[in-house]
Amino acid sequence: MSSFWSAWIIVLTLGTLIALMILLKWNMSNFTDVEEGESMGHSFDGIEELNNPLPKWWTILFWACFAWGFLYLALYPGLGNFPGLLGWTSSNQGIRSLEESREMTAQAIAEGRNVQYVRERQRAEEVYGPIFQQYASLSIDEIAKNPEALRIGQRLFLQNCAQCHGSDARGSLGFPNLTDGVFNWGGTAEHVYVTLMEGRVAEMPAFLDQLGEQGISDVATYVLSLSGRAVDREAARRGEQQFAVCAACHGMDGKGNIALGAPDLTNNVWLYGGSQRAVEETLRYGRNGVMPRWDEILGEDKVKILSGYVLSLNAE
Amino acid sequence: MSQTSSQPIEYNMKVVKQFTLATIFWGIIGMAVGVLIAAQLVWPALNFDTPWLTYSRLRPLHTNAVIFAFGTSALFATAYYVVQRTCQVRLFSDKLAAFTFWGWQSVIVSAVITLPMGITTSKEYAELEWPISLLILVVWVAFIVVYFGTLAIRRTSHIYVANWFYAAFIIAVALLHIGNNLAIPVSFTKSYSIYAGAVDAMMQWWYGHNAVGFLLTAGFLGMMYYFVPKQAERPVYSYRLSIVHFWALISIYIWAGPHHLHYTALPDWAQNVGMVMSVILFVPSWGGMINGIMTLSGAWHKLRTDPILRFLIVSLSFYGMSTFEGPMMAIKSVNALSHYTDWTIGHVHSGALGWVAMISIGAMYHLVPILYDRERMYSIKLINTHFWLHTIGVVLYIVAMWISGVTQGLMWRATNPDGTLTYSFIESLEASYPFYFVRFVGGVFVVAGMLVMAYNVYKTIRSSEVRQGEPLPAAQPA
Repeated sequence: MSSFWSAWIIVLTLGTLIALMILLKWNMSNFTDVEEGESMGHSFDGIEELNNPLPKWWTILFWACFAWGFLYLALYPGLGNFPGLLGWTSSNQGIRSLEESREMTAQAIAEGRNVQYVRERQRAEEVYGPIFQQYASLSIDEIAKNPEALRIGQRLFLQNCAQCHGSDARGSLGFPNLTDGVFNWGGTAEHVYVTLMEGRVAEMPAFLDQLGEQGISDVATYVLSLSGRAVDREAARRGEQQFAVCAACHGMDGKGNIALGAPDLTNNVWLYGGSQRAVEETLRYGRNGVMPRWDEILGEDKVKILSGYVLSLNAE
Repeated sequence: MSQTSSQPIEYNMKVVKQFTLATIFWGIIGMAVGVLIAAQLVWPALNFDTPWLTYSRLRPLHTNAVIFAFGTSALFATAYYVVQRTCQVRLFSDKLAAFTFWGWQSVIVSAVITLPMGITTSKEYAELEWPISLLILVVWVAFIVVYFGTLAIRRTSHIYVANWFYAAFIIAVALLHIGNNLAIPVSFTKSYSIYAGAVDAMMQWWYGHNAVGFLLTAGFLGMMYYFVPKQAERPVYSYRLSIVHFWALISIYIWAGPHHLHYTALPDWAQNVGMVMSVILFVPSWGGMINGIMTLSGAWHKLRTDPILRFLIVSLSFYGMSTFEGPMMAIKSVNALSHYTDWTIGHVHSGALGWVAMISIGAMYHLVPILYDRERMYSIKLINTHFWLHTIGVVLYIVAMWISGVTQGLMWRATNPDGTLTYSFIESLEASYPFYFVRFVGGVFVVAGMLVMAYNVYKTIRSSEVRQGEPLPAAQPA
C-alpha cells in the first residue's frame, strides 16, 4: 500500500484510540457543576440522570484494554505498512500464482522469516513426512494389501476425495464410482497413479448440430442397445448407421478407449445417467469431466498410498 | 423554559401504534420462518421439494424478517415515541412519518416476495435487489428528516441520551446501506456489486457487523435508555458513563468488521486492526449494560412483581453476555475454533433473541396500554408466561448451539497421528444433529411466547376499560 494510505490508517487508528483515552480521562473527574451522586437537573419526560462516577473496575478494564491494544499493534502488523516488532505474517500475502508462492516460501525459509503458514507447513513435513515415506519403497499393488497403509489411505480419501466421490467412494451423477471396477482412464496401478498425479480432463462434444433431434434420439437408442437393454429395434438400427462419429473415440464396438477416457458403452455403467433422456442429454449438449491434479497438493508419497487404497476398493 | 403544561401536547401516536402492531406481526412471521428452517435442518423433507420453500431461500427471509421487519419496526415505533416524549413536541411531519410506515412495509412485503423467488444480491443481510434497495434509501431519508426535524424543533434544552443512540443508529444505517449496496444493475431483478474480491468481502462485513453494531446495538440502547428508567421509575445511573460509552461505542464499532474475515485473503493488518478494536469494544459495550442495570438500584424489588421490567433487565443480561462473548470470538485464536461453526449462530441468537427481542418485547408491553389508553395490559400473568416461554426458549437455543458449535470446531481440527483429519465433515454433522432438534424446540418456545403476546395485546386493545384522567401524563417543562 502507498505511504499515503499507510499514514491514513495509522493516524485514524491511533487517533481514535487516543481521543477515546482523553474522553475517558476527562469523564473520570467530575467536570460538571453538580455534586457526585446528585441529579443533573434536567428531566426528560420525567426521567432524570444522576451524576454518578464511572465504576472504578470499569475504567481499569478500559485502560487495560487500551494498553493491550497498543502492545498488540506494536508487536503485530496493523498500523499500515509497519510490520510489527515480531515480523510475523500469516502467509505470503499478495501472491498471485503457485509459482510465486513457491518462490516466496523458499525465500521465507532462506531468510528465516516469521511466516506462520510456511512454518506450519515445515513442521507438518517434519512430523508427518516420515510416516508417509516408510511406504515409499512399497509398490502400489503392495500398498493395496497393506492394512496399515490402507487405513491411512482411507483417511486421505475421506479428507481429499470424498467431496466428489462420496465417503463410500461410490460417486454420484458426474462423479465416477471407484468401487465398480470400471475405470475410464484405465484401472492398473500405473493408470490410477497418473490419474491422481496429473488429473484428467474428459470431453464429450455436443452433437445436436451434427445429428439433429431425430439423430440424437436414434443414436441414444442404439447406445442403450449396446449394453443389452431392450430398445426400439428400428430406431436402434437408424442410430447404428450414424454411430461412426462416436466410434472415433468409443470404438466401433463401443468398448471405449482408456487413452482418451472415452467410456465403455457396453457395460451398463453410466457416469451421467443411463436413461434414454440422460443419454440424449449427453449427446445433445456434450459433457465435461474434470479430475483435478493432486501432485502439488498431496505429493508423490500420499498419492501412492491413495492409489493403493482406490485399487483395494476394487479387489475381489 | 416557561411554557405552560396546561395544554397537553398532541403527539402523533398513530404512526407509533402502526409500527407497534407491525413489530408484533412481523415478529411472529420472522420467528416462525426461523422455526421452519430449524425444523428443515432436523427433517430435510420439510422443504417439500419446492424451490421457494428450501432452506437456502427461506434463511435470508428469516434474517430479513427478524432484523428489518421485527427489529426495525420496533426501532421506528420507539424512536418516534421517545423523540416526541423526550423533546416535548409532535413529530416534525405527520405525512412523512406515515410515508415511512407504508414505505417500510412495502420494503418488507417486497422482501417476502422476492427472497423465496430466489432474487438476491447474495450479500448477507443486504440480499434485497437494487429497486428495493433504492426504496429503502428513500424511506430512510424520510426517517432522517422526521427524526432530526423533531430534534430540531424540540422544546427541551438538552437532547436526552436515548436520542443520541437513535440518531447514531439512523445516520450510520444510511451510510452502511449506501456503501455496501453500490451496484450496477444488469436487469430489473439482478445487479452486481461494484466491489470485487477481498475489498467486496471487507465492505460486506463493514456493513454486516455494523448492522449489528448500529441497528441491533445502538438503536436498542436508545430504547433501553428510555424504557428501563421509565418502567423502573428510577433516574439513569450515570450521566458521565453514558457520555463515555456512547462515543466509545460508536467510534470503535465501525472498525470491528474485519473479525468476520480472520484467516482469509484480507490483509493481516486489516484483520489485526479489526481484532484489536473488537476486543476494546467489550468495555464501552458493557458501559451500557452497567448504566441500565444500575438504574435499578433502589428498585430491585420491582423485578419480583413486574414482568415487563424483568424482560428489560434480563435483556440487559443477555446483552452483557453476548457483548463479552463477541470480543472473545473476535480474538484470532478463539475464532480459529469458533468460525464457521454453530457457535456463531448461538452468539447471534443470544444477541437477537436475548437482547434485541426481549428489550423490544418489554418496550411493547410498556407502550401498548399507553397508546390505547388502557390502565395496563389485559393480563400481567400472560406477560409472565411469555417471559418464561421466551427465556426457556432462548436458553435452549443458545446452549444447544454452543455445544454443537464447540463440538464442530474441535472435530474439524482433530488430527490423526499421520496428520490426516480424524473426522469427515459428515461425522461432525451427525454429532450436531441432536442439538439441531433442541434448537428447534427452543424456537418453538419463543414463537409460542410471541403468540401469547399477540393474544394479550389483542385483548388489551379490545377491552372497554379506558384509562381514567389524562390520556397521557401532561407534558412537564424540562
